[in-house]
Amino acid sequence: MAHGPKPGFTRWLYTTNHKDIGSMYLWFSFAMFLLGGCMALVIRAELFQPGLQIVQPEFFNQMTTMHGLIMVFGAVMPAFVGLANWMVPMMIGAPDMALPRMNNWSFWILPFAFAMLASTLFMEGGAPNFGWTFYAPLSTEYAPPSVTFFIFSIHIMGASSIMGAINIVATILNMRAPGMTLMKMPLFVWTWLITAYLLIAVMPVLAGVVTMMLMDIHFGTSFFSAAGGGDPVLFQHVFWFFGHPEVYIMILPAFGIVSAIIPTFARKPLFGYSSMVYATASIAFLSFIVWAHHMFTVGMPIAGELFFMYATMLIAVPTGVKVFNWVTTMFRGSMTFETPMLFSIAFVILFTLGGFSGLMLAIAPADFQYHDTYFVVAHFHYVLVPGAIFSITAGVYYWLPKWTGNMYNETMGKVHFWMAFVGLNVTFFPMHFVGLAGMPRRIPDYALQFADFNQIASVGAFLFGAAQIVFLFNVIRTVRGGRKATDEVWENPQGLEWTVPSPAPYHTFSTPPVVR
Amino acid sequence: MLMGLKRLFAFLTISAIAPQLFAQETAQKAEEGVERWGVNMTQGVTEVSRTTYDLHMLIFWICVAIGIVVFGVMFYSMWRHRKSKGYKAAQFHESTLVELAWTIVPTLILVGMAIPATKTLYDIYDTKEADLDIMITGYQWKWKYDYLGSDVTFFSNLSTPRAQIDNQQPKTANYLLEVDEPLVVPINKKIRFLITANDVIHAWWVPDLAVKKDAIPGFVNESWTRIEEPGIYRGQCAELCGKDHGFMPIVVKAVPEDEYHSWLDDRAAAAAKIKELTNKTFTFDELYERGKKVYESTCAACHQVKGQGVPGAFPAIAGSKIATGAMDGHLSMVVNGSPSNPAMQAFGAQLSEVDLAAVITYQRNAFGNNMGDTVQPIDILNFKNK
Repeated sequence: MAHGPKPGFTRWLYTTNHKDIGSMYLWFSFAMFLLGGCMALVIRAELFQPGLQIVQPEFFNQMTTMHGLIMVFGAVMPAFVGLANWMVPMMIGAPDMALPRMNNWSFWILPFAFAMLASTLFMEGGAPNFGWTFYAPLSTEYAPPSVTFFIFSIHIMGASSIMGAINIVATILNMRAPGMTLMKMPLFVWTWLITAYLLIAVMPVLAGVVTMMLMDIHFGTSFFSAAGGGDPVLFQHVFWFFGHPEVYIMILPAFGIVSAIIPTFARKPLFGYSSMVYATASIAFLSFIVWAHHMFTVGMPIAGELFFMYATMLIAVPTGVKVFNWVTTMFRGSMTFETPMLFSIAFVILFTLGGFSGLMLAIAPADFQYHDTYFVVAHFHYVLVPGAIFSITAGVYYWLPKWTGNMYNETMGKVHFWMAFVGLNVTFFPMHFVGLAGMPRRIPDYALQFADFNQIASVGAFLFGAAQIVFLFNVIRTVRGGRKATDEVWENPQGLEWTVPSPAPYHTFSTPPVVR
Repeated sequence: MLMGLKRLFAFLTISAIAPQLFAQETAQKAEEGVERWGVNMTQGVTEVSRTTYDLHMLIFWICVAIGIVVFGVMFYSMWRHRKSKGYKAAQFHESTLVELAWTIVPTLILVGMAIPATKTLYDIYDTKEADLDIMITGYQWKWKYDYLGSDVTFFSNLSTPRAQIDNQQPKTANYLLEVDEPLVVPINKKIRFLITANDVIHAWWVPDLAVKKDAIPGFVNESWTRIEEPGIYRGQCAELCGKDHGFMPIVVKAVPEDEYHSWLDDRAAAAAKIKELTNKTFTFDELYERGKKVYESTCAACHQVKGQGVPGAFPAIAGSKIATGAMDGHLSMVVNGSPSNPAMQAFGAQLSEVDLAAVITYQRNAFGNNMGDTVQPIDILNFKNK
C-alpha cells in the first residue's frame, strides 16, 4: 500500500485520487471566494456614501453580476464538492470515488470556465452586467458582446457540476462498506446524495436556458423576445426552475456538516437522525415546486400566486424540524466551544434568522413590498454567508487535522470566527433596515435616507474580508506544520473517517471496514 | 478599470485615515427633510399598504416569538450544559412524540398566517371598476405615463442634476427621488395602472402605495390603488434594467379631485400648443438652445454630456458618421431607432417634432461637428409621414 503521490505538478494534473481532487476543489473555491469577495468590496466601497465616487454604474453592474456568479458557481458549490470528495469515501468506507477519472475532469474544466468568465472583464463592452439572474431581454438583446463567453462558461460549469453529482451518486450507492445501510450513513453523506440528485435534475435546465439565450442572440430565434412572439417571463420560469433548487444545493450539504459537528462537541448523539433525513428529502422535494416565489411581482394569475405562496411557507416546517433537532442535540450535552463548534452554533442562529426573513418573503402580499429590495439581499446573504460559508469553514476546521495531521491554531481560529461573525452581522443586518425603508437592489447610488446604514454595512464588509485573511494564514500554517493531531482528533467523534490515521493516508480503506 | 482601482486605493487610504470626516460630510449633506435611520416598512397611504404593513408586522412578531423560544433554549443550554462546568452529557437521541409535535404545531401556525395573507392577496388582485386608467411604460431609463381616454401623455425623467451625482454640488433632500414631470392623480379614486415596458423589464414601485409590478415588454400587467391623503409619494424602478437602473425614480403627486381636473386640462392645452409650434420656423439659435436641453435630458445618459459616448457600449455623437452625414440618415436613426442595436430607441414616438428638430440640430452642430445646417419641426413631420 505504499503508493504515494507522484512528485511535482503532474501529480495534480493527472490525479484520480479523491483526496487530491478534494483539496484542489477547496483551494480553487477559496481563490474564487477571495476574488468574489474583492468584487463585493468594490460594491461596498462605492455604496459607502451617496454619489458616484469610485466606479461608474456600468462597472458597478459588472461587479454585482460577477460577484454573484463567482460566489455561487465558483466559491460555494466547488467548496461543497471538495468536501464531498474528501469526506464521502472516507465516511462510507470506500477506497475512492466510483468514477475517479471523471472526477479529475470534473475539477479540471472548472479553472477554464472561470478563466473564460473572468476574461470578459477585459473585453470591449465589459463583463456581464445583467445581474447573476441574467433576466432576458436585458441579457439577450441588450447584452454586451461578452455574453457569449458567459454562456459558454456556464455550460462548462454545469457540465462539471453534473459530472461531480453523478460521481457522488454512484459512489454512495455502490461503494458503501459492508453493513453501512442507507440509514446508517452519516448525514453529510445523506445530504450530499440528495443534493447530487438536485444537481442532476436542474443543471441541464440551466444549460437549456443559456442555450436558448445563445439561440436568441446568434441564431435569430425569439424565445425571450416579445417582438418575435417570444415570452420574457418564460425565461424567468425556466431560470428559477433551476435557480430555486440551486439555492438548496448550496445549503443541504451545510446541514450535513453541521449535523456532524454539533454531536461531536456536544458529546451526545444527533437528535432525530431519521427525521433529519426525511426533512432533507422533503426540503429537496419542495424546492422543485416553489420557484415562482422569486417572481411574485411578475403578474401571475392569483391561483399560481397562492400555490407558490403556500408551498413556500411549507418549507418552514422541515427546516424548522432540523433547527429544533440541532438545538435538542445541544440540550443536555456536555459542550465545548472549539472553532468548528463556534461556526456551527453561529450557523444555527444566523441561518434561522435568514429563515425567518425567508418566511416573511414567502407571504406574497408582503413580498410586493420586499421584492428586489435590500431586504432580499439581507435574507439571502444571511442564509448563504452564515449558512453555506460558515458551514464550509466549520467543516474545514473540523476535518483539517484529519487531512493534514496537524492541529490548527485555536486562538487564530477564534479570532477568525469573531471577526467574521461581527463583520457579517454589521454588514448584512442593516440591509434589512434599508430594504424595508425602500432601497432597491442593484443600484450604484442611493437616496440620502439610506446613507447611514450603508456606511455601517460597508465598514462591516471590510472587517469580514479581513477575517478571511486570518483563515487563509491559519490553514497554510496548519498544512505546513503544527501540533500533531491524534487519529481521533476530537473527543470520541463518530464516523469511519476518524478510524484512519492522521493525516489520512493517500489510500484509505483498501480493505473495506465492517460496520456494525 | 485601472483608473477605478487607483481611485479605489486612494479612497481606501482616505477612508482609513478619516472615517469621521466622511460621517460629518454625509451629515452636512443630509438636508432637512431626510428621514435618517429608517428601519421599517412604511404604513403608506392606502388601505392595501396598511394591510400589508400589518401582515408584515404580524409575521415579524411571530418570528420574534419563535426566535425567543428556540434561542432561549439554546443559550440556556450553552450556559448550563458545558463540559467546563463538569456537566455530563445525556444520551437520548430520539422521541417520536416530540418530533411529531414540532412538525404539526408549526404547520398550524402557518395556516394562521396564510389566512390573512390570502385575503390581502385577493384584495390586491381586484382591479375591477376603476375610476381612472393610467398606462405606465418603462423605458431605459425613464417612465412614460398615458392618461387613457385623454390626450395627456408624457415622460418622467430624473431631475437630479448630474453635478450632485458626481459630488460637485451638495445633495438636496430628494436626491435621486425627483423627476421633471410627476404623475399627478386624484385622491379617493380607484386608479388602475396598466403596466408594460418598451425595451427590457422594469418594475414600477411606490412603497407608500404598496404597488410593485413588473413592467414587461409584450405584457400588460394590472395593479390598482386608492390614495387617501394628498401628498407626494416617491419610489424607484425595482428591476435591474441596465446602466441607469438606479436613476429612474417615480414621483406620484396625489391632489384633490378638482385640482386634478384643472391640471389635466392644462396638460391637454400645452400638448395642443406644442402641436401648433410644429408649423413655426425656428432660428438656428432657438433650435440649438432647446436641443441642448433635450439632449441633456434624453441623450446624455448614453452618449454622455460631451457627446463622447462610451467605447464598446454607446457610440459617440462627436464626429460620428451619422451626425456628420446625410440628414435623412440622421433623421432615420433618431426617429426610427437603430435597426441593429435595440439600445438606440425610436425617439419619434417619444419626443415632439419640435424637440426632435432641436436635438438633431444640436447634435449636428455641437461637440465640434459644426455641420451648420438646421432641420425644422415640419421637416420631421414630413419625414414621419413619408
